[in-house]
Amino acid sequence: MIGFLWNLLLALAWATLSGNFSGPSFLFGFVLGYGLLALLERELPILHGYSRRLPRFIMFLGFFIKELVKANFKVAFDVATPLWYMKPGVIALPITAETDVEITILANFISLTPGTLILDVSSDRRVLFIHAMFLYDEDEVIAELQEIERRVLEILR
Amino acid sequence: MIEWIVSACILTGAALMFLAALGIFRLPDLPTRMHASTKAGALGTSLIMIGVAFAFMDVAVTARVVAVVTFIMLTAPVAAHVIGRAGYFVGVPLWEGTVKDVLRDKYDPKTHHVESGLEEVEGPPKPITYGMAECPVLQERDEFEPKKSDPGG
Repeated sequence: MIGFLWNLLLALAWATLSGNFSGPSFLFGFVLGYGLLALLERELPILHGYSRRLPRFIMFLGFFIKELVKANFKVAFDVATPLWYMKPGVIALPITAETDVEITILANFISLTPGTLILDVSSDRRVLFIHAMFLYDEDEVIAELQEIERRVLEILR
Repeated sequence: MIEWIVSACILTGAALMFLAALGIFRLPDLPTRMHASTKAGALGTSLIMIGVAFAFMDVAVTARVVAVVTFIMLTAPVAAHVIGRAGYFVGVPLWEGTVKDVLRDKYDPKTHHVESGLEEVEGPPKPITYGMAECPVLQERDEFEPKKSDPGG
């Protein structure tokens, strides 16, 4: 997170110093800043792992948008056709995320994918209770959600 | 070319929003309605905003579009969670086609305590980390917590 802020700051500095506030100039500054931070991260512990995290984040965005569109079509199909194909149910998902920030971001991403809605987190923070809309195969649903969790934690840690 | 992208984005977005509204009308219970309204609504709004960004092709408009999409993606799931959770715990009945409900008997309405069901399997719970566990001020405060007074005195 701090690495990303530094990268934005460097991009802004580049745009300011070159006197050109257009999108491409800002983007070029961002790429230059990214290269600089990738060189610096070995010396500064606060930036550690930033150069690996940014590509992972972009990969994750792609993966997430794909899931979002796929699942949206599933729900849209069920809403638009007269018969119900859904099998709703509440399931428990054991999580490995520990801090408040990790659990919040993970819950937000899981809630954003259609077909899954976070109802609550257990008081000892080890299990998320999820209302799933298409519960044909519980193990498969949990495996998909754990894939999302693995990718989110990869970026955050 | 650009016109086609703009039309496709805005029409798909509007169709999704329509499906979201239809979902609220047709779906049988509260959590499934939250599924339809928030996700399809969020994706629909985002698509319309992306169409707007393509139509204007302007840095200022694009920046605002990015901000709008980000905030919708941040807030829509939170709202859905809060409404769904409140409805569930107040006791709004689920649809009769619901196949599974593992949460109902783990929730204590008096204390709002939610069991995880893993207590026996994994032993005592991990210490809760707030992300600021290393903060010395917080640690000191824990040590100076007031002791309970004697029941007689």
